[in-house]
Amino acid sequence: MSEVQTTYVPVEKIGIRRRASASIAVIGNPNSGKSTLFNRLTGMRQTTGNYPGVTVEKHSGTVQLSSSALELVDLPGIYCLGGFSTDERIAVDVVLGRIKGTPSPDGLLVVLDATHLYQGLYLLQQLMEMQLPMVVAMTMTDVATSNGIDISIEVLQRHLGGIKIYPIVATTGRGLDTLKDALEKITEAAAPSIPESWPELSSTADELVERCENRLPRIDVIQALLHPDGKRAGLLDDFLGTESVARIREQLFGDEPPQACEARHRYRWVHGVLQECQHQAPLIGRFGAKSLRWLNRPWPATILFFAVMALVFQAVFSWATPMMDAIDMGASMLASQVSSLLPAGAISSFITDGVIAGVGSVIIFLPQILILFLFIIILEDSGFLARAAFLMDRVMRTVGLSGQSVIPMLSSFACAVPAIMATRVIPDRRDRIATILAAPFMTCSARLPVYALLIAAFVPDQSVGWFNLQGLVLLGLYLLGIIGGLVTAWMLKRSALRGPKPQFALALPEFRWPNLQTVMIKLYDRARIFLKRAGTVIFLVAIIVWGLAYFPRSDVIPAKLETAVTAAQVSYQGPRLDEEILKLQNQAAAAQLEQSLLGRAGKFVEPVFLPLGWDWRVSAAVIAGFPAREVVVAVMGTIYAVGGEADEASLTEKLRSATWPDGSPIFTVPMVLGLLLFYAWCLQCAATIATIRRETNGWRWPLFAWTYMSVVGYVGALLIYQLGSMG
Amino acid sequence: MTLKELNPGQTARIDKIDARQPGVVRLMVLGLIEGVEVQYENSAIGGDPMEVSVYGTAISIRKQQADCFRISPISQNV
Repeated sequence: MSEVQTTYVPVEKIGIRRRASASIAVIGNPNSGKSTLFNRLTGMRQTTGNYPGVTVEKHSGTVQLSSSALELVDLPGIYCLGGFSTDERIAVDVVLGRIKGTPSPDGLLVVLDATHLYQGLYLLQQLMEMQLPMVVAMTMTDVATSNGIDISIEVLQRHLGGIKIYPIVATTGRGLDTLKDALEKITEAAAPSIPESWPELSSTADELVERCENRLPRIDVIQALLHPDGKRAGLLDDFLGTESVARIREQLFGDEPPQACEARHRYRWVHGVLQECQHQAPLIGRFGAKSLRWLNRPWPATILFFAVMALVFQAVFSWATPMMDAIDMGASMLASQVSSLLPAGAISSFITDGVIAGVGSVIIFLPQILILFLFIIILEDSGFLARAAFLMDRVMRTVGLSGQSVIPMLSSFACAVPAIMATRVIPDRRDRIATILAAPFMTCSARLPVYALLIAAFVPDQSVGWFNLQGLVLLGLYLLGIIGGLVTAWMLKRSALRGPKPQFALALPEFRWPNLQTVMIKLYDRARIFLKRAGTVIFLVAIIVWGLAYFPRSDVIPAKLETAVTAAQVSYQGPRLDEEILKLQNQAAAAQLEQSLLGRAGKFVEPVFLPLGWDWRVSAAVIAGFPAREVVVAVMGTIYAVGGEADEASLTEKLRSATWPDGSPIFTVPMVLGLLLFYAWCLQCAATIATIRRETNGWRWPLFAWTYMSVVGYVGALLIYQLGSMG
Repeated sequence: MTLKELNPGQTARIDKIDARQPGVVRLMVLGLIEGVEVQYENSAIGGDPMEVSVYGTAISIRKQQADCFRISPISQNV
């Protein structure tokens, strides 16, 4: 069944130095099975990097052929070379070789979805204009057959000027061998002939190429004509003069948008081709099981959407618990092993309190994060998220966005970083930025540890009607995030990002079972990124925080401790004595911490956070959490649980009993609610800031987001604490 | 009559498109052009956006843009 090669052939052995120049771009419509095919061909031999000089992700892999290998570059799915959205512009720029330092691909592997030939052939025509060698793979042939679509490949090939089409079933691997043989010879293939869908455009382009003395490639001329606002349109003006180009455009397109004329011409041609090569097909009407159709009706679909989301969050919490407990146990066992092997002192403390506790407190969330990502990936690949965008469009319109912002916002419940990258599908830059700034408000998986700790410690475990109070508070925090994000988007869209009403035009994929390999590769990718983060950023922060909390060591404190212990030995006996000694040790450790660098820093910023009801310890934890919010629990553990076991239960105890110097409790209800609100709204994530910078191409928006969210979080916490403490 | 006025389940042919209105070109690129037949499949709650299909592909379209597509209905299979 599987034709995927598992033997790794070293590149040197097969003598394909030429291969470096043979790079093939994989291109096709969204949901055409392109990624599944890409994964099938490359297996796990994939890399995600950046194109040199630009900050566009390059997803590439190597396909091993019988006597050579090719680099395949996976591109975002697109409908046209129009460049409406960032995703489309990336694909267009790569295909047209406009990214500096990266040559144009040597050939194209075009993916045609047999069930959506109509849109596929539209893109294919535009790609044929590029005059690059191409191989066409036709996916979903099995689905097409079961839907009664009968496609005559021979007739289609004739219409496409002899381009070979290779039917495949990516999920089972049928047809892959033949496709690989074709890829082997791709660079020798002749460039496709230009389709005769729009003779006027073709002849005009030929003529203009001549007038530019062949210094502008034909495809650039066509792109410049069709996209007067594109960044390369000026090239043609430089050669021929703006007025002359405008006259040519008017002749070709009249007063209509060029792309509208293009759509008319090209789709008319597609229509003609399909009449001849596609038979017995339902020309209208959606495909898909009739029994599932009623689920697409307005109310059932909306109810289903909320039910699925509820199920996802339920699963994230209940399924992850056993795995989290196991990780927690493993970390404590490892820590006690290490501390029993090493003599007490700085090194032992460094390994147990710094490294194991710090990294362990983060890895513990791996199960939750993976489950959440698994669901998001499945929902995305099955076409459910696109439907969610459709159903929620109306709601999003009230805040000035469109349904297309729903997908990034839903994924930011897992993590804002991939969510911000998912905004690339949003055509308008203003809408995209508003979505980018709203996404970090959603409760990401890194916020969960803080919520879990504080809720478990301070919200009574009692039922309110059908619900559990702790669960309700958590739900409230999720809602708080959603409200924060939507209000932010609404305000931005009415001020700095004011613009035309966002459009919403989206092809809705039919429900499809996700491909296991694709899901697993994506999930593996997320796990790798998370663990890398835990191993680098969080590891580093944990070490720095440990160092700040450990140094400088005071000599006076151990001496005082010794005196106090001696005194205690006189007044107490037996278990009471042990208890007393433990108490003294904890006090000494706390005193050490108080005069450590972290303690001093906390004291230094304490006046800022005092109006919020935070003492220097909470302030220090909050400061330490700015690079990555998930370290906060670890820092609180270091600060509060010193001397004792740093597990959650005892940390809860410590938090409850923490007091101000006058003996009044620090963690009062208003203070905890304020702290939770601060976490819900504050942007404590260096990775998110870096991603915003990358995606918005500058420091302006990330700095704004950070400042804005910090202020909002602070003010919110201040109001809650002050109002709550008045009564 | 425009696409906006179509009833769920109804089929129509697109006669004329006002391509200069915002957001319409994007729909034309997805295949909604003059001469093709579309069917109104579903909608979100409140009837907006609509889901129409062309050649087996479902496309979401807001009422505001649907109003730019002049149509003649073909059948009424409610």
